[in-house]
Amino acid sequence: MSNAGWIETCRADEIDEEDVLRFDHGSLTLAIYRSADGKYYATDGLCTHEQVHLADGLVMGDIIECPMHNGRFDYRTGEAKGAPVCVNLKTYPVKVEGGRVLVQIG
Amino acid sequence: MSTRFQMRDYSLTGPENAAARAKGLASAEWYRCAIPRKRMKELMQRRDGPAIRDTITWFAAIIGSGALLYLAWGTWWAVPAFLLYSVIYAGPSDSRWHECGHGTAFKTRWMNDVLYQIASFMVVREPTSWRWSHARHHTDTIIVGRDPEIAATRPPSFLTLALNALHIKNTIAELRRVVLHSLGRMTEAEKDYIPESEYPKVFRAARAWLAVYLAVIAACFAMGSVMPLFFIGLPSLFGAWLHLFFGLTQHAGLAEDTLDHRLNSRTVYMNPVFRFMYWNMNYHIEHHMFPMVPYHALPALHEAIKADTPPPYPSCWAAYREIIPTLLRQAKDPTYFVRRPLPGAQLEPSTSFAAAPAA
Repeated sequence: MSNAGWIETCRADEIDEEDVLRFDHGSLTLAIYRSADGKYYATDGLCTHEQVHLADGLVMGDIIECPMHNGRFDYRTGEAKGAPVCVNLKTYPVKVEGGRVLVQIG
Repeated sequence: MSTRFQMRDYSLTGPENAAARAKGLASAEWYRCAIPRKRMKELMQRRDGPAIRDTITWFAAIIGSGALLYLAWGTWWAVPAFLLYSVIYAGPSDSRWHECGHGTAFKTRWMNDVLYQIASFMVVREPTSWRWSHARHHTDTIIVGRDPEIAATRPPSFLTLALNALHIKNTIAELRRVVLHSLGRMTEAEKDYIPESEYPKVFRAARAWLAVYLAVIAACFAMGSVMPLFFIGLPSLFGAWLHLFFGLTQHAGLAEDTLDHRLNSRTVYMNPVFRFMYWNMNYHIEHHMFPMVPYHALPALHEAIKADTPPPYPSCWAAYREIIPTLLRQAKDPTYFVRRPLPGAQLEPSTSFAAAPAA
């Protein structure tokens, strides 16, 4: 269900704190994050280095680490934090309504 | 009628690179054993403690054996002292280079980076170039034409392997690259897997290394003795046999061009001393399948997935009882390789090497 570019992805409680969940929407794959202080974020779900799913990786604080080559991004801003990742991740606005995480993709 | 086989081109700049991409073997999806996310998160957790403990132990052993060498200098006891110092200096440097390159040894990032730079120098692998080379090795493990780290080609070059026991061929190649990089240039092969934005780091590290080597040589002249070279420089050669001994167990003789690490990697049970020096890289299937799991959690990861992997080798002896005959056979028949048995599955005929008959 979408509303002005917003899509429902998952229940807020489906993601543990300091963890990440994969959500696919058509050909778009997203990574939905829940930080240690309970905030939600969303980025493209594939590492910009080798197109590996970040949802299989490790969340440490504000960092998502790619499971293949340990490349790191700040998932709040999408910033690449060092080799082998050089290209930033795209991020998306997120809000939580009625216990569900919504991401604006359009 | 006999058929001579044409050796495949293992270089990244040859036709096998494009062939691998055409076959869908490049940057492909690999088989992974199923582990619940909750357990995976536990296994991936980073800690500083084990690596701090192990690094202090390692450096203490280097200093201790170095003190023995210093005290024995000028006597015949210096020979065994030097060999001991070399194996302690160089043997573990490979596994520390590897684990810190992955960023998984320590939880604290700068600790990984510092030990990575030191271990890279000790094992004579330029830090930035090899970080990218190793990333490619993990993306395309033992994919011919894509993986720059295939140690045992088909047929194998026994001369290369013998020279690498003293790190001679690798060191000559590396020093050539250090000089090239210090002049601000890259090789064509490096351009295939290192992005241009990383070149400045490559050049800086090469110039730093040259400065250290020149300082050691200057110290020799100042002291009127070759002793400094026996502490920095030569140990990287004379201790290399240990990481070659460990390293060949990883992939030698197994399948090429497969997208299943269970078929191209070995897990070998080793004793605690070897596992300290090798930092648990003997769990090599586990490491390739889940490279984000730190070395200290690999035994637990092995327990979690071993029901879905081929039987581990019970010892280095068992692994080499397979490796040596396999390499000797591949010298005559490069199509031969060891087919590891997958649990609950029949072995499939090999199609991973299509030998081209000689014209």
